[in-house]
Amino acid sequence: MSASRGVSVLQALRYRGRQGMVSWTLHRLTGLGIVLFVGMHVVAAFFLQQFGDPVATAVTAAYESWPTQLFVYFCVLYHALNGARLALMDLAPSLLRFQHELVWLQWAIFTPAYLLPAFFLVRGGLFPG
Amino acid sequence: MSIPHPARPSGSWEHMLWTFTRLSGLALLLFGAFSLAMGFVFGGRTQLDLPGFMRWMFFPNPNHVVNSDIPDVTAGWSNAFWQIYSLLMVAMASAHGLNGVRMILEDYLRRPLAVVVLRMLIFGSWIAALIVAVYVVLAS
Repeated sequence: MSASRGVSVLQALRYRGRQGMVSWTLHRLTGLGIVLFVGMHVVAAFFLQQFGDPVATAVTAAYESWPTQLFVYFCVLYHALNGARLALMDLAPSLLRFQHELVWLQWAIFTPAYLLPAFFLVRGGLFPG
Repeated sequence: MSIPHPARPSGSWEHMLWTFTRLSGLALLLFGAFSLAMGFVFGGRTQLDLPGFMRWMFFPNPNHVVNSDIPDVTAGWSNAFWQIYSLLMVAMASAHGLNGVRMILEDYLRRPLAVVVLRMLIFGSWIAALIVAVYVVLAS
């Protein structure tokens, strides 16, 4: 949309859509991140198991590394929580009265649920064994 | 203050996909929660590490827990129930995800022909995903 309307990235960032804009953007980016990861994983696993392909081996090592796992877990957890909030609000529109509170509730669940496994992923990555 | 009605896309097909996205999203959350819970029931707390649990949660397939301390995956971890279960998950997740990619790309496509080609590619990708899923699930 922005590309065809001549809106620059800077102007887009200055658009003050607040919570809704952040949620919309993150939901799209994390959704694309999941599709990218799962697609890559399926293709790489196929070529790794069938042919032992060196490129597939490298891709597998890349997505099994802890920085990629941090990214994938962020995508999955954010997309799941935000999607649950959206779906519940769509199925029960009376919840729209509390939409701002629901966003804060979502972050209140996301933050510990992300940081705790992230701590173990980073610790396991930096200090293996 | 009256609560505004949520915006919904008009047109029955688009509205069906709109509904499907929400219902399949909630269903996938329940599927993930159930396979995670069953992983604990099968004794995964002492036999799986964190990545193992996550792999099992998102795709309950014996290949996903093979590098673990599970002595025998045929004891609960590998049977027809999980095969049907993971096929359902893949069918829903790939439809949900590919439809999302379609919606994002259609926001940026102006030419009607490009939209038609995109929809054919998306549908072909979904069929391919189903074929791969059936192969992976039946071969493992």
